[in-house]
Amino acid sequence: MFSRKTEYVKAVDYIDFTVMKGEIFTLAGESGCGKTTAGKLILRLIEPTAGKIVFDGIDITASRPEELRQLRRKMQMIFQDPYASLNPRMKIGDAVGHPLEIHESTSETEKRERVLNTLAKVGLTPPAQFFNLYPHQLSGGQRQRVALARSVILEPEFIVADEPVSMIDVSLRTTIIDLMLDLRSDLGLTYLFITHDLAVAKYISDRIALMYLGKIVEMCDKNEFFSSPAHPYAQASLSAVPVPSVERKRKPVELKGEVPSAISIPSGCRFHTRCSYTTERCRHEAPPLFERRRGHWTACHYEIDFQQGIRLHDIDYGNKP
Amino acid sequence: MPLLDVASLTVVYRAKRGNVKAVDDVSISLNKGEILGIVGESGSGKSTLGLSLIRQIPPPGVVVSGAIRLDGRNILNLKEHEMLLLRGRKIAFVFQDPMTSLNPVKSIGAHFVELLRTHEPNLKEADAIQRAKEILKVLGISAERLSDYPHQFSGGMRQRIMIGLGVALNPDLVIADEPTTALDVIVQAKTLDLLKRLRDAYGMALVLITHDLSIALERCDKIMVMYAGQLVEYTRSKDIQDTPRHPYTQGLMRSIPNIELTDQRLVAIPGNPPDLLNLPMGCRFNPRCSYTMIHCLDNTPLISIDEQHFVRCFLYGG
Repeated sequence: MFSRKTEYVKAVDYIDFTVMKGEIFTLAGESGCGKTTAGKLILRLIEPTAGKIVFDGIDITASRPEELRQLRRKMQMIFQDPYASLNPRMKIGDAVGHPLEIHESTSETEKRERVLNTLAKVGLTPPAQFFNLYPHQLSGGQRQRVALARSVILEPEFIVADEPVSMIDVSLRTTIIDLMLDLRSDLGLTYLFITHDLAVAKYISDRIALMYLGKIVEMCDKNEFFSSPAHPYAQASLSAVPVPSVERKRKPVELKGEVPSAISIPSGCRFHTRCSYTTERCRHEAPPLFERRRGHWTACHYEIDFQQGIRLHDIDYGNKP
Repeated sequence: MPLLDVASLTVVYRAKRGNVKAVDDVSISLNKGEILGIVGESGSGKSTLGLSLIRQIPPPGVVVSGAIRLDGRNILNLKEHEMLLLRGRKIAFVFQDPMTSLNPVKSIGAHFVELLRTHEPNLKEADAIQRAKEILKVLGISAERLSDYPHQFSGGMRQRIMIGLGVALNPDLVIADEPTTALDVIVQAKTLDLLKRLRDAYGMALVLITHDLSIALERCDKIMVMYAGQLVEYTRSKDIQDTPRHPYTQGLMRSIPNIELTDQRLVAIPGNPPDLLNLPMGCRFNPRCSYTMIHCLDNTPLISIDEQHFVRCFLYGG
C-alpha cells in the first residue's frame, strides 16, 4: 500500500586509522557523527559492511564466532550509561566475576579473590563490602568503576570506552578518568576513547581523530589538534567549547546551519554546506584525509589562515611529507 | 525593588521513605536585565528551584515555607487562574528537551498563534501570524517554516523555537533549565548567544540553570552555586572565577577541564554527593571537605563576605 524508497545511512564512511599499543586514541565528534558506531564495529558488536579490522596483526574482520570469543578476552568495552550497563539483580561481586565464568574455569575461591583484587584496583574499598552490594546502592561514579572492574578482570589489552564520563557529575569525572589512566599504566592498556567533550578529550588523549557525518576530518597528535587545527570544523568546534572564564579569549566562530541529516549527506566535501571557506571545488569533490605534516591528517582542499579568515592555497596531494 | 525576590524558599518532596528537602532555605534577588546562573550537580535542587518559580513543582513536591515575589507580589498566594495569566506573560520557562515540550501535531505557526491569542484575545489571526514571523526572524529561522511541524526541525532549531515561544509575550523573566544540554557545542554557543541578544533587545532578566560552571561563568552576571538543596555560594561571576570561597565551589573550579590550558592538573572532589534521605549532620558538604572543623556538625548559616558575596561556610564566620 505504501511504498517508500529504502534509504541508507552510511553511519561510518570509509574511515581509516591506527591505534598504537599503550596509547589513548580519541574519536571525537558530536552525536550522530558515527563515533559510537565505529567503536562497536571495531569490536564487531556491529558487522562492518566493508573494510578491514586488524588487531594485534590479525585480520579479525571475518573471524568466526569461536575466534571472536577468544579475542573478546583481549578487547573490552565500557559504555556511557552507568545505570543501564549493570544488571540490577546481580550483586556487584557476581557482575565483576561474570567474565571469569564465561572465559575461564576458576574455582569459586579463586574467582572471589580475583574479584576482590579488581574491586580494590578500581578504588571500591573495602572490596568485601562492595562485593555484596547491588547497583542501586551505588552512585553513578561507583557504577562506572564497577563497569571498569568488569572490563579489566580478564586483563585485556584494549578497551573501547564510549563516553564513559558523560553521565557522571562534573566534579567526579576526573576520578574516573584518572582511574583509567592509572589502569593504563598498571595493566599496559590501550584505549579507544569516544567522546563529544573536547575539553575531556584534551585532558586524556594522546592522539585525536575528529569525525563529522561518518568521516574523519582531522587526525593528529593531541597538542597539535588543540593548538593548530587545520580543518574548519575542528577550528569552529574548538572555538565554541565553553571555558571557565569570564573573559573569553577566543571568539566563537559562526557556522552556518546545522549538521545535515545522515540520510542526505551533502555532495563533495560533506562539510561544505556550513563552511566559511567553501569553493565550487568543495561542492563537487570530496577531499581525501591527507597527511599534510607527519602524523597530522586533514580532509580539506585548502590551507587556511584562520586568524585572517582566508584560504591561502590549494593542498598539493602529490606532495607527501 | 528587585524584579524577583525569593525569600527563604523551602521545597519538600514527601515520599514513603521519608521527606526530601529538595530546596532548603534558598533566597534570590534578581533585577531586570540581569543574568543569573544557578549551578549544581545531581541532587542540588536547581531544577526544583526553577520549577518553583513558575509554580510547576511536580507532585509530591510542595513549598513548605518562604516567599517568591515578582515585582513585590508573592506568587505563592495566587490562585491557579491568576498564575495562568503570569506564565508566559511575566515569567517564561524554557525546558531542557524541546521535543517533548512542542506538540508534534501542531505546526510551529500554530504554536505561536495559539500562545499569542490566548494571552491577547483581541489579537486578530493575521496580526498574530505577523508577530510570529517577526519572532522567527530574531531566532534566525525562515518565515516560510511557520507551517512546518516540530519533527521537521533539528534539535537546535527546536530549542530556539522554544526560546522564541518563551519570549513571544515579552516576559520580564525567562528561566531556562539546561537549555543547551542536548545540543552540539556549536549550536550551544549560538543558542546562548541568542538568549543574550534577546536580553539586550528586550531587557528581560534571565535565569540559566546548568550543571556546566563554564557556561555560567561565560554567560552570566551572577552565579548561585547549589549543593544538596542548599545555596552554598552566591556572587558575581568574576568572583566565582577569581576568589571562589566555598570549598565546594573551589573543588568545582579545580575539577573542570579548561580547553585553553595545557598539561592541566585536575583534582576531583573526593567522595560522592549525599543521599538526600540520609543527610550528614550539619553542613552537607562536610564529609567531602578538606577544611572540616568541629563547627561543621552544626547547621551552617549563610555568611555575607561583602554586600554581593554570600557563602554558607564556617570558614568565614558564624
